[in-house]
Amino acid sequence: MRWLLAKDLRLLRRSPLLLGTLVIYPLTIALLIGFAVSSPPGKPAVAVYSGVRAGQGKIAFGSQRISLAGYADQLFSSIDRIPASSPRQAVADVRDGRALAALIIPAGIDHQIQQLITNGLGNPTVQVVLSSRNPLERQLAHDAIQTRVDAVQYAVSRELLKTVAADLRKLLDGGTVSFLGRSIHLLGLRGSEAIVRRTIASLPRVSSQRPALKQVISFAQVAIAGLAIAGPGIGGVTAPLTVRQSAIDASTTPTVNYAVAIAAVVLLMFVALLVAAGMLALERAEHAYERLVRGLVSREALLAEKVVLAAACALVMTLAVVAAIAIFVSLDWGRFELWVLALALGAAAFAALGVAVGAIARDVSVASLLAFLISLPVAFIALVPAQAVSSGVRTALAVISFLFPFRPALTATAAAFSPGPLGVGGALLHLVALTAAYLLLARVALTRFAER
Amino acid sequence: MDDRPAAALSAQGLTHRFGARMALEDVSFDVHAGELVAVIGPNGAGKTTLLSLLAGVLSPSGGSVRRPAGRRSVGWVPQQPALYSRLTVTENLELFARLERRPDPRRSAAAMLEQAGLAERADELVSRLSGGNQQRVNIAIGLLGEPAVLLLDEPSSSLDPRQRERLWEFIVALAGRGTGVVYSTHDLLEARRHADRVAALDAGRLVYSGPPAGMEWEL
Repeated sequence: MRWLLAKDLRLLRRSPLLLGTLVIYPLTIALLIGFAVSSPPGKPAVAVYSGVRAGQGKIAFGSQRISLAGYADQLFSSIDRIPASSPRQAVADVRDGRALAALIIPAGIDHQIQQLITNGLGNPTVQVVLSSRNPLERQLAHDAIQTRVDAVQYAVSRELLKTVAADLRKLLDGGTVSFLGRSIHLLGLRGSEAIVRRTIASLPRVSSQRPALKQVISFAQVAIAGLAIAGPGIGGVTAPLTVRQSAIDASTTPTVNYAVAIAAVVLLMFVALLVAAGMLALERAEHAYERLVRGLVSREALLAEKVVLAAACALVMTLAVVAAIAIFVSLDWGRFELWVLALALGAAAFAALGVAVGAIARDVSVASLLAFLISLPVAFIALVPAQAVSSGVRTALAVISFLFPFRPALTATAAAFSPGPLGVGGALLHLVALTAAYLLLARVALTRFAER
Repeated sequence: MDDRPAAALSAQGLTHRFGARMALEDVSFDVHAGELVAVIGPNGAGKTTLLSLLAGVLSPSGGSVRRPAGRRSVGWVPQQPALYSRLTVTENLELFARLERRPDPRRSAAAMLEQAGLAERADELVSRLSGGNQQRVNIAIGLLGEPAVLLLDEPSSSLDPRQRERLWEFIVALAGRGTGVVYSTHDLLEARRHADRVAALDAGRLVYSGPPAGMEWEL
């Protein structure tokens, strides 16, 4: 087998155009797909528990009142809301896969916000629990919630600023304000100044007008209190709500590492599939197949040689590209052995799929075209967030993804690139099983490989 | 009674079907050392099927083939040159010599280059050789295992007259050294001129087997 391997490597080396295409095309596609993955569209399913009862949740800013319900409606318009009866139920929905995230709005958050903008005290907090099973899905849910929370922050801030501005005007010009449940008439700074000026002008040096002075003192006290309201209010308007975010489930793959894993597996897939399918079909195109299997090499050994060749090419190229990317992205080098294992098993599965394609297609051009036609949809299907499609389509996509190596290779590679719990044994076994199945399929297809 | 030594290759009652189609039916056939046997017949007569069965490329649906002892007792040269076009002549020969597990692959390849008269083209890519020279390399590879019998499937079909002439000099010399040679051809002149014996097939049946002189030729 080693002589056939040496021969194939020599043939690849002598086909610079083919070699260049095999390097540049998959690399470009891999990087495009990997780094384009940032904010997938769609409404994520989010379990929502709200401790604020219907009809409540009103916040007063001076004479203004804001209903939180209006902003909740805005939030819910961007998600597929699953009502939860308790915070525990919301988290359970995420854990069981019914929801991508849980949004927990505690009881009394309206009072907390009121306290914050009135007294500058407190830290109103909503809790977001994200599923980290799939970083893309996690990003989808995070973005949808964060966008709406930002909108609420902005709306509340805007209303509060209006109120504070009105109160400041009253402090300046005078008027009636509501403070601690009482209606107070404010003289205003300008009026106070005039009174003080008149009083000073009319009074003898030895005598003073006590009521007027009391009024000035009262105004001063109220003005100080008014500024005390405006100060913390303005401080709190930038972010009246705090979002406390946490993740559940085993994996905690950062999105950027996941993108690198996608790029790596796409590259692995293209190189392994194309080399395996093309090099097997080339044996037939060169009319060498019949000569080889006439006792020189068994059909099984020939398939194994093509798988080893294609997997080795794909593995070396992918590791080189990942090592280059790792200069800019923090990957877990402590798991290098696992990188190699995950990528090697992925490459073997893709290469086995490639020889099956080559054996079935027989012709080099048909085999190459078929390899391309299979690759792209398989990759895209495996990358579709499960929660972004209906349950029927989700099942179909899951079945298709199960039959091809992309998803298990991605699961294993993504886990290998990142710190955190592993749990990739199932994915690696899946790859081994797929390799065996494709080799069997290829061997059966070889029975009519030589026919013309 | 045939007083020649035992046949180098013998087929008894060979039958082969491709699905429902009978490609070859009850063909018996012997080849002796140094004998040149031409297999003739129209398209679809079963010539390539017969050679493929004798070579072991196909397994017969019925009947048997007895080959000489030894790992590579029968050499096979398919109709299309079975060569790697992006390897040189030497690289092709050395690769197949290694796969044939020759004790000294380089020496075997060099010997074949001399025998095929291709020593001067040894380092050229096969894709740059003429059709005749590609066929020579093709035959040389079939001979690497030093087979007792060499099977050639229409070896001259794609060659011009000059190339054919050189090829036949090579094949006749090979038979002169004791190798049994079986070749299929459409060219009746080639069969009558070079063969010691002719096997004529028609619709998968052997309709004549004997010396060329025993046939009525309509050229």
